[in-house]
Amino acid sequence: MKISMVYDYVRWEEKSIIEAAKRKNVELQLVNPTDLYFDLNDNGLKSKFGDVVLQRCVSYFRNLHLTALLESKGLKVVNCFNAILTAGNKLFCTLKLMNAGVPMPKTMVSFSTKGSLRALDELGYPAIMKPTIGSWGRLISLVKDSDSAQAICEHREHLSPLYQIYYLQELVKRPPRDIRCFVIGDRAVAAIYRVSTTGDWRTNTARGAKAVNCPITNELEDLCVKAAKAIGDGIFGVDCMESPDGLVVHEVNHTIEFKNTVPATGVDIPGLIIDYLMEVAK
Amino acid sequence: MIRCLECDARITIPKDVIEGEIVSCPDCGAAYEVYKESDNFQIRPARIEGEDWGE
Repeated sequence: MKISMVYDYVRWEEKSIIEAAKRKNVELQLVNPTDLYFDLNDNGLKSKFGDVVLQRCVSYFRNLHLTALLESKGLKVVNCFNAILTAGNKLFCTLKLMNAGVPMPKTMVSFSTKGSLRALDELGYPAIMKPTIGSWGRLISLVKDSDSAQAICEHREHLSPLYQIYYLQELVKRPPRDIRCFVIGDRAVAAIYRVSTTGDWRTNTARGAKAVNCPITNELEDLCVKAAKAIGDGIFGVDCMESPDGLVVHEVNHTIEFKNTVPATGVDIPGLIIDYLMEVAK
Repeated sequence: MIRCLECDARITIPKDVIEGEIVSCPDCGAAYEVYKESDNFQIRPARIEGEDWGE
């Protein structure tokens, strides 16, 4: 059995996956596609890549397009194209989650400054404005009034058209933390509280939030597995908040980082990823 | 011998290095991406973050 891992940067996560494969005597072929080229008529890709491909490219667009190519040649890719496409776009992801009956914060979308200001009037201030594509808390704004909303929208008008899709969400009254739950296949395998320690209202660990072990309750597991399944089969990080009305999901991530989670929880996430790939490859 | 482009300190590439790995200068902390050129590992300034990067 041969597994390939495609990657563009080697982070702690990629190294730990390589180590886990060694520990489990699994042949893991490493492919950095950055400087390669692919002939779209080449039907021999399946024999080059093996039984299953783990997609670890940190660049979303590279990740998505390479996965489309590999799947078109009959390869199994984890995660699959549809899951990456959906989870990588907050609006697409929200639509899937809502259709699956997953509780979410009240969310609106608009396509202009005027539409956004009207939506925010209905949502109420303060509210959250997010780009539909992007991670690590980049360009996510806490909007406290219509003047600041207008200023943000006007700035966005000068950016890529992607930033003129305005994704607007109610500010959930939550403790200064959220929950990141790791779902692999049908199981929630680990969860952390991401506790804001820097005064930043955002809880991304990329922004300095601290990872603390979070017990996986039945409620949390049911919700997160349901959310992950709404996006597809694979490996996901489901982000939830503790609202006054119970847990709500605000995001599902498709190429998970776990360097803060493994020490906080003691769960061998890279090992579980290799186990899952072996299952998929059968 | 590989030297830091910022401060000229010597940078040691780990024996088990993988193409694409990020290494840092021990003196000034500058981050470099390791790449392969004619079977030898070289370094270039690492791109710290792209617009579409993340999980």
